Amino acid sequence: MARLEEGLSVGVVAGEALAGIDEASDARGRGALARLPWIPTLIIVALVVAAAGAPLIAPHSPTEQSLPDKLLPPAWQEGGNAKYLLGTDVLGRDVLSRLLYGARVSLTVAAAALLAGGAVGLAVGILSGYVGGRIDSVLMRIVDATLTFPTILIALLLAVSLGQGLRTMVLAIALILWARFARIVRGEVLTVKGRDFVALAQVRGCSHARIMGVHILPNVMNTFMVLLSLHIGFVILVEASLSFLGAGIPPPTPSWGQMVSDGRSHIASAWWLSFPPGVAILLIVLAFNLFGDWLRDWLDPRLRQQV
Amino acid sequence: MLLLVILALIVFALARVTGNPADLLLREDATQEDRAHLLKALGLDRPTHEQLLVFLGGALRGDLGQSIRYRKPAVEVFFERLPNTLTLVPLALFGAVVMAIPLGMSAAVYRGTLLDRAANAVAVLGIATPSFWLGIVLIYVFSITLGWLPSARMGSPAHYVLPAITLGAFLVAGMTRLVRSSVLEVLDSEFVKLARLKGVSEVTVLWKHCLRNAMIPVVTLFGVFFALLVTGAIVTETVFAWPGVGRLTYEAVIFRDYPLLQAIILLKAVIVLGVNLAVDILYAYLDPRVRYA
Repeated sequence: MARLEEGLSVGVVAGEALAGIDEASDARGRGALARLPWIPTLIIVALVVAAAGAPLIAPHSPTEQSLPDKLLPPAWQEGGNAKYLLGTDVLGRDVLSRLLYGARVSLTVAAAALLAGGAVGLAVGILSGYVGGRIDSVLMRIVDATLTFPTILIALLLAVSLGQGLRTMVLAIALILWARFARIVRGEVLTVKGRDFVALAQVRGCSHARIMGVHILPNVMNTFMVLLSLHIGFVILVEASLSFLGAGIPPPTPSWGQMVSDGRSHIASAWWLSFPPGVAILLIVLAFNLFGDWLRDWLDPRLRQQV
Repeated sequence: MLLLVILALIVFALARVTGNPADLLLREDATQEDRAHLLKALGLDRPTHEQLLVFLGGALRGDLGQSIRYRKPAVEVFFERLPNTLTLVPLALFGAVVMAIPLGMSAAVYRGTLLDRAANAVAVLGIATPSFWLGIVLIYVFSITLGWLPSARMGSPAHYVLPAITLGAFLVAGMTRLVRSSVLEVLDSEFVKLARLKGVSEVTVLWKHCLRNAMIPVVTLFGVFFALLVTGAIVTETVFAWPGVGRLTYEAVIFRDYPLLQAIILLKAVIVLGVNLAVDILYAYLDPRVRYA
């Protein structure tokens, strides 16, 4: 049975690999690891600027309709209009502006879901690892169950049942995330727990809460930060998928997944509706994944084996 | 088993807050009487705990209620669509394995070379590509621009190509990395060194000694892969208008078809858990060191 569980946890960890994280390529070599990956960093900075400055940068309002200008191709194509760089959609809305505003949705959802899911995972991980015993095995059982089950089904159901919106979205994604964090944080806590300063704190009569909060928490923060950064890309993908399936932030607020979905039925005549948001998702997820890999190698190289 | 019961409760509870299907089914000019009549017909007028008992009792007998949209037993609707998904999923899985094993193995054997980098690039890109978008791009390139392959629904074998690629693509990415790291580990082990010292040919070392052992973690993950495919099929089948259970899930969500959605989630859970069990057994067969007490 022990072997079975071990197999399961291997499965679970590598399952995460599929979802967007894995050991970095050894090909890059150790010497290069400490160097910041410039291109991904630039893409991320550009995204944050685009999201934060969308009202200033965007040439149009993302929801402003202009039916005479509907389905205009990008400016460089025949029939394009310099007013609309990336063309317009069925309702004559500017694709570029929607793209810029869409970045806001992706980043807001990613940040909120990561903080919520991450915090729960961190708390469960520390508790489970530190307290051990029956609480630990019950919590880890729940974690295993959550990880083996196709959680997106529940997320989809939740997203629709509680009404579409930012809060539901964050809740649904946090529900998928927490178990991944809990498992790895717990592993870290187990190693920290055995160190001398924890024993000393216990001898000194510190309360368990204090030991967990003051002595253990700071020591798993690096791992936690790395996990956060490694999961940003994954969260953006989940958000986009849910939006694509019509369970995301409701229209007219533009989000990338929903833009791809809207463009789907016009793909034969208007490729510029679906392509740009897809490319945006791809680039951002790629950039965050590469950045996360780098951060892990820098802050917590041991995590390579686990994540 | 316990997992299933808990799941059933969660699904039931969630479905209750999904908004009322009566509002979707009734026309705008429906009277209060029509509404009450419909609720009664659907059993939604009874208290929640009674609904729960009816649901659980039925579930034990294999009856998960009537689909509101199809006006047929939900289980029946599910199993009508299931074969369509069960032809697609193994195809995607098979395609992914056929791609990932040679790719991962050669990346490990020619570690650090251009080939390794290329395999890594494929993996990194594959993981970052949203599959719904990939599907649309494939439709644009191969159906609309080139006109080689059909873009939607089922029919000839050609209909399978694009959905299978879309569904399998991100598996290839994850699996390639997994095979690579697994082969690297095995290549470093004592028995591979011994086989080489014995003078066993490199081909035999790789394909027999190495692959069989390197496959163990991959097989362990088949359950996870399968669960991922079941999930991925929702998006892929939606993109390609594929009449399988993935698209059925999407429709059940969009049309607020409670009983159908409950049935789908529970049946999918049963299937995923069943596959996990089968994988564990296969795992024990591949790795004789594993013994279940």
